[in-house]
Amino acid sequence: MGRARLLSIARQGSGLRIRFDKLGIVIALLVAYGALGASFAVLKPNRIVQGEAKMILAALPAWAGWGLIVVLFLAAAASLFRTSSWLKLVAAFAALVTLALAIGSAASFLAPAGNTYARVSPASGFWLLLFAFMLLAADAITRLRPPPWMRVLFLVLTAGGVGAILLSGSWNGLSIMKEYAGRADVFWSEAGQHVRLALGSLIVAAAAGLPLGILCHRVAALRAGVLNTLNLIQTIPSIALFGILIGPLAWIAATVPGAAEIGIRGIGTAPAFVALFLYSLLPAVANTVVGLAGVPREANEAARGIGMTDRQRLFQIEFPMALPVILTGIRIVLVQNIGLATIAALIGGGGFGVFVFQGIGQTAMDLVLLGAVPTVALAFAAAVILDALIEMNSRVLIGARSA
Amino acid sequence: MIEIEAVTKLYDDVAVVDNVSMVIEPRTVTVVVGTSGSGKTTLLRMINRLVEPSSGAIRLDGEDNRSIPGHELRRRIGYAIQGHGLFPHRTVAENIATVPGLLGWEKSRIAAKVEELLTLFQLDPKMFGSRYPHELSGGQQQRVGVARALAAEPNVLLMDEPFGALDPIIRAKAQDDLLAIQKHFGTTIVLVTHDMDEAFYLADKIAVMDKGRVLQYGPPAELVRAPAAPFVETLIGDAERPFRLLSAAKIGAAVEPGEADGEPIGEDGTQQEALADLLWSGRKALPVVSASGAPMGRVTLDALLKCAARPQ
Amino acid sequence: MRAWLPTILRGLLLLVLIAFLVTPGSFEPLLRPLVQPNAPAIYNQGSLLALTLLHLRTVFIATLVATVIAVLLAILVTRSFGAEFLQLSRSLVNIGQTFPPVAVLALAVPAVGFGEKPTLIALFLYGLLPIFENTLTGLTNLPRSVMEAARGAGMTDFQRLLQIELPLSLPVIVAGIRLSMVISLSTATIGSTVAAKTLGEVIIAGLQSNNLAFILQGGLIVGALAVLIYDGLSAAEAMLTRRAGST
Ligand SMILES: Nc1ncnc2c1ncn2[C@@H]1O[C@H](COP(=O)(O)OP(=O)(O)O)[C@@H](O)[C@H]1O
Ligand SMILES: [Mg+2]
Repeated sequence: MGRARLLSIARQGSGLRIRFDKLGIVIALLVAYGALGASFAVLKPNRIVQGEAKMILAALPAWAGWGLIVVLFLAAAASLFRTSSWLKLVAAFAALVTLALAIGSAASFLAPAGNTYARVSPASGFWLLLFAFMLLAADAITRLRPPPWMRVLFLVLTAGGVGAILLSGSWNGLSIMKEYAGRADVFWSEAGQHVRLALGSLIVAAAAGLPLGILCHRVAALRAGVLNTLNLIQTIPSIALFGILIGPLAWIAATVPGAAEIGIRGIGTAPAFVALFLYSLLPAVANTVVGLAGVPREANEAARGIGMTDRQRLFQIEFPMALPVILTGIRIVLVQNIGLATIAALIGGGGFGVFVFQGIGQTAMDLVLLGAVPTVALAFAAAVILDALIEMNSRVLIGARSA
Repeated sequence: MIEIEAVTKLYDDVAVVDNVSMVIEPRTVTVVVGTSGSGKTTLLRMINRLVEPSSGAIRLDGEDNRSIPGHELRRRIGYAIQGHGLFPHRTVAENIATVPGLLGWEKSRIAAKVEELLTLFQLDPKMFGSRYPHELSGGQQQRVGVARALAAEPNVLLMDEPFGALDPIIRAKAQDDLLAIQKHFGTTIVLVTHDMDEAFYLADKIAVMDKGRVLQYGPPAELVRAPAAPFVETLIGDAERPFRLLSAAKIGAAVEPGEADGEPIGEDGTQQEALADLLWSGRKALPVVSASGAPMGRVTLDALLKCAARPQ
Repeated sequence: MRAWLPTILRGLLLLVLIAFLVTPGSFEPLLRPLVQPNAPAIYNQGSLLALTLLHLRTVFIATLVATVIAVLLAILVTRSFGAEFLQLSRSLVNIGQTFPPVAVLALAVPAVGFGEKPTLIALFLYGLLPIFENTLTGLTNLPRSVMEAARGAGMTDFQRLLQIELPLSLPVIVAGIRLSMVISLSTATIGSTVAAKTLGEVIIAGLQSNNLAFILQGGLIVGALAVLIYDGLSAAEAMLTRRAGST
């Protein structure tokens, strides 16, 4: 029925001379407002006070301002019609690159020479434009249904592009980069800490969760109890779990000989790590159980029938077939951990959250962004990569099944 | 009467139903047969406009089916499908009451109709009315599905493989029930199936479809006697031909005057049933009685063999 | 006996929670060992009950708005005129869920300033996703034969939506609301870092003054609320599933 509907829509659409794209209309309106109705950048006398909003033409040299507007409208026009998705993707990328360069040059154009206190940040218009073209890119990519490797390629290209702009220094005038410049060392050490927390707890959780999942699969009596307990842990708010763990860990540090020496303390990395580990267990265990339960009976019967031992069956049959589901659990854990690791800063555990909460404390929003943007980027990248991995694994299986 | 006139349905420029014309007489059972993907369902769904034809027209009792909005048309046509499609969140009574409710019937009238239909389908209204579909057996669900389709007393009932999911015994009973109900209400039934036995048992007329076209449309015996295309022959099956002829004809048509011994057989049964009885009991003739039990004469093995032979 | 145990435990949890919120003082001896001799063992910078109610209010408002918007959006993209947006909206939800709640919260502050607002916005935006996703799942996975029968019976598009599609999707939608609320209950605590009045205040006060008793009581209240709401909505979902029929 859905198919019939789509077809009838396509048929109606082909009756019109010009075929408008509904999403394109939304995007064009967003772009028109973002470019002409909202401010592009804000100039602030210092990092905390309110600033003065500037429209595109006031924020850039005349040629650049008009150039930007022309590029934006051309790209918006490409979105407006039903044309090839590749064309739309190229248009979106072109607009995004132009936007990225323009905001950098707005910073150097607006900031008074020699004034190190003045700050330039993107304003609502910029964010709106960014959103509009990311939407266009997302739509184009969704329609293209690129194979997993191509999605990873898009990700690498995007990361490379952002990296190149960062290295070229064209964003150096932006407020967020000034926040970075003041604490470059800390930034990278907190970044390392963030990744260590998120990945480290994931690895430990996988190492513990997979065997536990296999056990739960084999011993039905354990299953409900283990899963319910892990479910319960998930309902404890992160900030509280982090806090609650301070007590026991402080006690361990004080009473267990040698514990303090290996870095176990009431606050800091240890409770953050343990909390993330506990949160990670449910998806790891539950998905292993679901994945193993989903292995077709016949496959197991056949494996037994040809004389495989339990061990051989587990590693050669059940595990490979359950892999996509298990990987989905890993994806959930990783994305969730990257987000939750921000909370660790509240108990002295470090990570990008340090900048977020410092920024909130100082009402310095650019500092908040310095913490939030890399977190989002990291989580997004992790999701894309793991989605690609999952899809590649399920393709192999689907292919094998239909063959 | 349903007049289908030069109806074509294109999907992606492929004719799924290709220039089909046929006239379905009122109060008859027409069965559409064909292999899977031959366009049976699409043809059926164009009658109640679940699918709009690409070209051609369909008239119900002389009136173009596009003269009223699709949903109003569908309230006047019964529709029963494979897997019954009962609404799982509504009780049996509520399910049956669907179309009368949409038509705005009064509560008391709806309740009376639900009770009448449940009784007719041998489901105790008190026991089954308040049950949910998942509390019924497959056969009961199917009966409720047909009852729902008949609730607003439609002149026309469309059925798409209605018995496809039933086991053979329940299916045979469902077929008998359907014929009884068709007699009771005088409904015009168009039924889609790929089961040839079912087609020959139920049909007044059979339409054979292949690749979107109707290859032959006529009474069952005619299909056996004069298949219009090799495909029709294949569908009927060489080894089945004599039995199909017998199964499509009533015993009454082969009765001759005379006497015979043993258990009598009803004149309403198929000639195939009579043959089976003769062979099994090792007799040469059977006494035939009418529905009321009055003696009608007898049917002989020889007569049946003549009926089963290739018509000249 | 065993079947009753969870229900009894939940009832007990609710009773203890209410008792603690009404007379926190009577629980002091339990928490006293956790703090330094001269530090307070019960949160003393405001009423725990008031904070709990404010916390719940924030979560309820955000979830309510998120539910209405998410269900409407999901209905929109599953109608024929919104079908173009179906795949895109799926991708957007997928992308949106990679945004950590803290980041959503932090990014809302520049837009609307400190206080209740950024918290409500973050809870709303983040709460939207699971509800939208589940509603979409519900509306697109209805049994084909049931939808066919509904159309065949002569229901209009609107009647089908109200009488068949929404009632049948309700259990899945409620599951989405449950997920959304549990996330929101937890995220709301972080709202205290941007000056929203929630139970996070208690936890953060504890973190700042190194008072384990504060952290524990704040965390346990939120945890208890989450468990109770999760269970309550699970029960509602199970009931709806049973009503909607298992086939
Ligand atoms: N909505 C549709 N869109 C495109 N093709 C369709 C649609 N519905 C049916 N078809 C195609 O039309 C052909 C006939 O289908 P159908 O009428 O269901 O056949 P049958 O009921 O005889 O098995 C099939 O090849 C099927 O794939
Ligand atoms: Mg069919």
